[in-house]
Formats: sequence, structure tokens, C-alpha cells
Amino acid sequence: MTTYRIQGRTGEWEVVIGLEVHAQVTSRAKLFSTASTAFGAEPNTQVSLVDAAMPGMLPVPNRECIRQAVRTGLAVEATINRWSRFDRKNYFYADLPQGYQISQLYHPLVGEGTLLVEADEKAGILQDKRIGIERIHVEQDAGKLMHDQHPSMSYVDLNRSGVALMEIVSRPDMRSPAEAGAYLRKLRAILRYVGSCDGNMEEGSLRADVNVSVRRPGEPLGTRTETKNVNSVRFVMQAIEHEARRQVELIEDGGTVVQETRLFDPGTGTTRSMRSKEDAQDYRYFPDPDLLPLELDESFVEECRASLPELPDAKRRRYIEVLGLSPYNARELTAEVETFARFETLLAETARSSGKGETEVATAVANWILSIAPGVMNALGAEANPAFATAAAQAAILDMQARGDISGGQAKEIFEHVLRSGRAPKEIAETEGLKQESDAGAIEAAVDRVLAANAEKVAEYRGGKDKLFGFFVGQVMKAMQGKGNPGLVNAVLKARLDG
Amino acid sequence: MSVTSEEVARVARLARVRMSEDELARLAPELSKILDWVEQLSRVDTSAVEPMTAVIPNRLRLREDVVDADPDTGGGRRDDVLANAPAAEHGFFGVPKVIE
Repeated sequence: MTTYRIQGRTGEWEVVIGLEVHAQVTSRAKLFSTASTAFGAEPNTQVSLVDAAMPGMLPVPNRECIRQAVRTGLAVEATINRWSRFDRKNYFYADLPQGYQISQLYHPLVGEGTLLVEADEKAGILQDKRIGIERIHVEQDAGKLMHDQHPSMSYVDLNRSGVALMEIVSRPDMRSPAEAGAYLRKLRAILRYVGSCDGNMEEGSLRADVNVSVRRPGEPLGTRTETKNVNSVRFVMQAIEHEARRQVELIEDGGTVVQETRLFDPGTGTTRSMRSKEDAQDYRYFPDPDLLPLELDESFVEECRASLPELPDAKRRRYIEVLGLSPYNARELTAEVETFARFETLLAETARSSGKGETEVATAVANWILSIAPGVMNALGAEANPAFATAAAQAAILDMQARGDISGGQAKEIFEHVLRSGRAPKEIAETEGLKQESDAGAIEAAVDRVLAANAEKVAEYRGGKDKLFGFFVGQVMKAMQGKGNPGLVNAVLKARLDG
Repeated sequence: MSVTSEEVARVARLARVRMSEDELARLAPELSKILDWVEQLSRVDTSAVEPMTAVIPNRLRLREDVVDADPDTGGGRRDDVLANAPAAEHGFFGVPKVIE
């Protein structure tokens, strides 16, 4: 349970949040035409006669867009509706040449699903929580308007017009900005695992409409407002916080919340009313007569299911249960596609080059990926050439460390050299003298020399002065020019002193 | 069902159709009659009848995800797309300034 509450003048308020996420479907061509979806082209060069709504043009759906939406639905354990239909949502705006958006109101492609938000104590999410997904439907994106290029005209670029979107609608199941943020991050991760949306929030591939209402804990739902087109996780959290406080103040001052559409201002972190005309919400939906119902057969759905990769929750469980990683490491590694890809590549390479099982080396590889390697890279800054950080080089370092040839500190130093020069780790270890002595005979000889030279202290230690152990370690390391394998030095010392 | 001229005016405004007072007054009873007829149709019990989406057995066809597979439904024809625009500048459609 999250116990996030807004403290009002008259008591505590609970916040109720639902998100409608618009995710641009990854496809080469648009939803109903074959014009390209590539980002950043010259204005209106990726506009077909269909997208420009020329008379007589008919929409034909792109199989890949439907397939990606179905795969996304399966990834959130949702019902796939074998029969769905497209509707027209009618409104006039300069970025919508058809005068309607083809969407799915009455019979969406994907029905009820669920998404797991993991406990995160730092964020105030005390236990795992399932957030309901009400539906996912497929629809067309609109064009883009530019208002600052001409004194009296707005310019319209229809390149985005007709690109496929998935609208992913959650249940009003979230109770804090942190939960909403975690939901959005998790949804983005799933989309990217599946490959149905690139999740690029800066380019607008993923944007959220935020529904917020407040109520006294335990009471019925309050009136909600909808803040449109918020395009980062941080902004979503800010918009919720501001909007919830605004509603509490409004109610406590004797006012009532009006169901309305609001805009988020990233500059101030506040929302403001989008004063729209009274008729604006009357979309007069009706089934699109240009399109037959969309009927899917089992083999299509099964192909979609079979094509799904291992998803974040399953991967996290496997990392913990099979690879023996800590829950923290497992969560960090599975949060982003790039991170787990690097981890799995390095894990396989390290296991291969060391001849050990993946389970044996997993924790060392996880720590390397999550903290050691990024630490070295950040410290080097611009001096590091990330291209030199190959899986082979890093696996070689981890292997040397696992064998006891180098210490943890030397592993970092070698990695620094690798990042600067691209030279092979083994060669660096040789030429830079970055090796530790793991030969039992050499260590024993050094230990014996140190103990013989410090007979008095040995007697003191044996008389109960345990603290002297550190002194002996230091002396042995000094005798070995800092190259003794610390684990072995400790073990030999212990055996000699206590034995 | 009786449609008022206010309702006709509202629907006309939503559809961006300009109408004079005379036209509104004339259309209100006409639309009422059409709606009466639809009401009469809806008295038939169709609860056991599947909605018909086509007169011949037909399924929605899907196309493959190939860019510009067919020039008629592909991009790369900006001049054609802009040809009938009242104002086309720098490759954009120019429209009267719309900003909230």
C-alpha cells in the first residue's frame, strides 16, 4: 500500500490517478497508407493522398501495426479481441485533414490487461502492485502545427498524419505520483522489450494524458481532470502533484472541480485550463464505413505470442532464481533494454572465456555492469573511448580477477587503460605490472619473512591483541610491493598466526 | 421526435456548415421526419440479428508494411499534395493562425 496523502487544511486527501498513454507504433509505413513514418523528414514529403484526405481515397490497414498492438496486448496479459472495429471521431482542426480521426471506441483491439509495478521503498512504493489496463486501441496520429513561422498563418506538416498510435488506457488504480511514474517507466520498458514502440519521449513517440481526482480516503471517486500530452516521466509526476494540490485547495475553499481538459506547462510545473468551446467534446463517433470489422484468426494471434521475447518480470525472476542475483541488481539490470543486453552479452562472454557456468560469474558481471564499469567510464569522462569497451575486453578483465591474477583495484586500472588505448587487458596487465601474486609459495615466503622480523608483535597478537592482524597484512603487502592477492595473504596469515 | 432549430444549428456548427435562419427553420421539421422514420425502424426487435457489415461475405484485408509500395498510397509527392492548397509556403500548408 502506498500511503501518499495530500495534507489539506481540513485533513487528508487521497489522489486517484489513471493514465492514457499514446505510443507510436514501430512500423515502416503508416497505419492506412504506405507513406513512410521516418522521423525528421522535410515537411509534407511523407504524405500520401490518403493521409492528405483527398476525396475517394480508401484506408487499408497495415498488418504490422495491428501485429505490434496485439503483441503489446499479449505482453500486458490482455485479452485480444478477435473481432474489433474502427470508428470515426469527428472534429475539425487544422492538423486533421480528414475532419475525423480513425480510432476504436466501441470495440477496441485489446481488452483488459495488467501491469506489475514493483515495490521501491526509496520511491515510497512499499509493495508490488498490479495496475489494471482497461484497453488498448489503434488509431491515427494527427499532423504537426507550427505557429511561429509566419505572422498571420500557422504552417501544417502532415508527415505525422496517419502514423499508427496505440492508446493504452489504465484503470484509475494509481494512488501517488511515484506509482504513476513507476507505471509509465514499466510500460515504456515493456514496449521497448517487445519492440512495438521506441519509447522516445523527446520525439513524442510516447506521451501521456493524466487523469487526476482527489477524495477523502475511502470515499467515492471525485471529479477528474485530464491533463493532455505530458511527455516525460518527471513531468507526469509534477503534473499529478500540482493538479492534486490545486483540486484540494479548490474544494477546501468551497469550490468544485470541473471535469475539463488541462495543459501542463513544463516551465512552471503547473497545469492550466484549456478553455474549450462547449461543443468541443461532442465527437459524434460512428463506425467507419470505409473499413470492415477487423477479424483475427488464431494463427495470427499465436504468431504474435510466439514472437514475444522474455519480458521484464520473467527476466527479473530468472536473474534472481537462476542466476542468483540480488533483487536490487535484477531490477536495475532489467529496467532498460540496453542494460540487460550489455549484461547478457558480457555474461555469455565471461562464462565462455573462463570456462565457468553463467551462474558462477553472474554476480561479478552484474556488479561490473551496474557499478564498476560506469564508475570508471564516468571518472575518465571524455578521455574514455566507449568503443574500446568490448565484451571480449571486459570479460578478459573479469576472468583475470576471478582467477586471482588481479585485484579489484587493478581490474579498474586495467579497464582505464583499455578505455584510453584499446589495448588487450592481458598485455596491459603485463606491461603496466598490474598483476597480483597468487602463488602460494611466494605468499608463504613473504608471510614467514614478515613474521620472523616482527616476533614481538606476533607474541602480542597471540596474547590477544587481535587488532594487529591488519598490521601484518600491511607489512606483507608492502613486502610484496602491493601485489599479493589479498584473499590469499589473509588466509596464509591466519593459518600461520592462529595455527 | 421533434428537432428544434437550435439543435439543427448546433449540429450544423459541429459540421462547419453555414446555415441561414430560413434554412434552419425549414430543416428542423425535415430532420424530425427522418428521425421519426428511424424511430419507427428501431421498433423492430433485432436483438437476435447480427449487424450486417457487408452485403457479400468479405473480410477486412491488411497490407504489408512496405513504404511507397504503391505510388497512389505512398509519400514523396509533396507537389501533388499541396497543389490545391489555398496557401502553400516552404512546403507547408498555410492556414489562418490557430493557437490557443
